[in-house]
Amino acid sequence: MMNYSKGQIIALVALRIVIGWHFLYEGLTKIFQPEWTSGAYLMDSRGFLSGFFIWIASHPSVLSAADFLNEWGLTLVGLSLILGILTRLSTIAGMLLLLFYYLSHPAWIGYEYIFPLESAYFVVDKNIIEMVALLVIWFFPTSRIIGMERLVRRRN
Amino acid sequence: MTSFSRRDIIKGLATLPVVGAVAYGLYRRQKRYRELNRNLMEDLRVELPGEMPTVQGDRLRIGIIGTGSRGRYLLKALGYVQPESIDKWQASAREDPFYREYLQNFLEQEDLNVEIAAVCDVFDTNARKGMLASSNVLQKGSGRQTGKEPVRYRTYQDLCAAPDVDAVIIATPDHLHVPMALEAARNGKHVYCEKPLSWTVAETYAIRDAIRQHDVVFQLGHQGRQTDSYQVARSLIGQDVLGKVTLIEVCTNRNDPNGAWVYEIPKEAGPGNIDWNQFIGPAPWHPFSLERFFRWRCWWDYSTGLSGDLFTHEYDAMNQILDLGIPHSAVASGGIYFFKDGRTVPDVLNMSFEYPDRDLTLLYSATLASEKNRGKVIMGHDGYMDLSETLVINADPQSTRYREKIAQGLIEPNKPIYSYVPGKDKVDAVTSATEKYFAGRGLLYTYRGGKEVDTSHLHLKEWLNCIRRGDGTRPSCHIDAAFEEAMTAHMGTIAFREGRRVYWDTEREVIV
Repeated sequence: MMNYSKGQIIALVALRIVIGWHFLYEGLTKIFQPEWTSGAYLMDSRGFLSGFFIWIASHPSVLSAADFLNEWGLTLVGLSLILGILTRLSTIAGMLLLLFYYLSHPAWIGYEYIFPLESAYFVVDKNIIEMVALLVIWFFPTSRIIGMERLVRRRN
Repeated sequence: MTSFSRRDIIKGLATLPVVGAVAYGLYRRQKRYRELNRNLMEDLRVELPGEMPTVQGDRLRIGIIGTGSRGRYLLKALGYVQPESIDKWQASAREDPFYREYLQNFLEQEDLNVEIAAVCDVFDTNARKGMLASSNVLQKGSGRQTGKEPVRYRTYQDLCAAPDVDAVIIATPDHLHVPMALEAARNGKHVYCEKPLSWTVAETYAIRDAIRQHDVVFQLGHQGRQTDSYQVARSLIGQDVLGKVTLIEVCTNRNDPNGAWVYEIPKEAGPGNIDWNQFIGPAPWHPFSLERFFRWRCWWDYSTGLSGDLFTHEYDAMNQILDLGIPHSAVASGGIYFFKDGRTVPDVLNMSFEYPDRDLTLLYSATLASEKNRGKVIMGHDGYMDLSETLVINADPQSTRYREKIAQGLIEPNKPIYSYVPGKDKVDAVTSATEKYFAGRGLLYTYRGGKEVDTSHLHLKEWLNCIRRGDGTRPSCHIDAAFEEAMTAHMGTIAFREGRRVYWDTEREVIV
């Protein structure tokens, strides 16, 4: 158990919550929009793994499995980060999801996408930043201080 | 039993309200979209095209005249590909996922229960390729067992007279369409003829009479008839989503030699393996010319130019969507501005067709030397429809129909209010510039139930279905639609070549 100052706790919990918020809202909007699919996005993939992502997109059954995992992955990671429960697992899962997003659309000179990147990126884009932020959350856990893990720990 | 302190409970559940906040956001979002959706979709019933049923029946025996690249494409759409091509696809499929899927789509294509009984081509190489494709009943690569070889006929007359041929596919240069279709109809064979229907005005009447008289099933090869988004467009416009339509703009933009009909000439080709006299047919005599044989689209002697070759795709799409029929009048201009290679047909052409009864103009603008994609646009008082890979309807800022909704902020003018994406985005999967051009116009692929289906396959299937029904049901691009297509294209061509406005006399059915 780490000893944080009050300011550190506020900052770390806030970071955990905003990332959770982002994941949860992204996940829920997809779940509540039944026609949503990552197909066109994956088709637009570039980089050394683009073949893999296009393969997913061009196989309806694989694509629907990927869509399902993505929707629910985002939602559960989001809930977990906000509520502060099973955060070790969700932090890893969240980083994995972000890594997939990044590898499907790497920010590299000369790579242009149908869905344009909203800013000027070189290697580092918002997915990388969010991934590193989750890494911080991994090394500076707060769920036992503010979060449901506090109650679970007490029970044990 | 552990008891929690009040402090534990507060800190343990402190973040719970955040979930509530996100849920509230989701609720607002859903409400907003439901409202927008309800408002936009009220009274609107979009008929999405369903899957085409298969009519069961006897195995039909097909004769094909012309097994050049288009003819062989149609054979592929029927399930027949030469082993050499399968070898190539298999080799490419090992490296390239596009070919993996291409091959898979071909192998999964519905069996239309036809056999290719007869082949005719005046160029020996193409005839041989057609024969090899036709006998590849197992759809395998080289060195494998093949089926019975079809009979190669030296003339189309002999093929049309063959008793073991039920139906004929014509994929030859324009100037030979009608003579061949006439011969087939007179012999009681059903006809699938590539576009455009005719090369001259006079023969257009002759073929219409013959098809009616001999009671054969005729389909003109505008596979765009099977494109989902056109069918959806028809349904939407029928419900007046665009308001009064006054202008339709359709275009052709290509910028590669292939697109400008400068095809490669095979090394082995020569007078020894090309039946030149048969190729000339009804065309004016000209000494043997490889250029003219392989790049026939560049000469009026065999071709109908941009109007017959490419405008007809656009016209037939609009005729399908709006039941335009033959225009009241036409004017045209253009020239040979880029490909100064001895061709006689223009590479830039602009044509304007008037429909005063419908209060609208159909505008066609084409160049073979710029690939700027201008799409197809149907302009109405209340909105405009962009038809390209997808179908998008934008509200007009000055619309009467949408005025209230624009004022209420439910509709943003000039932004899409309705869009239809036929299946998933697969533009990348198409290789050559010409193919991309066609795919962009929905001419190459369409989707049914999420699966990629070749529109030519569906178009042929529709024709075969009608033959098997045998109850007088006509395919979508029947002889009357074909007649309208041909006359409209001829009006544009005559207007261009004679430099005058031409009119359609509805009473007498003549161009004046």
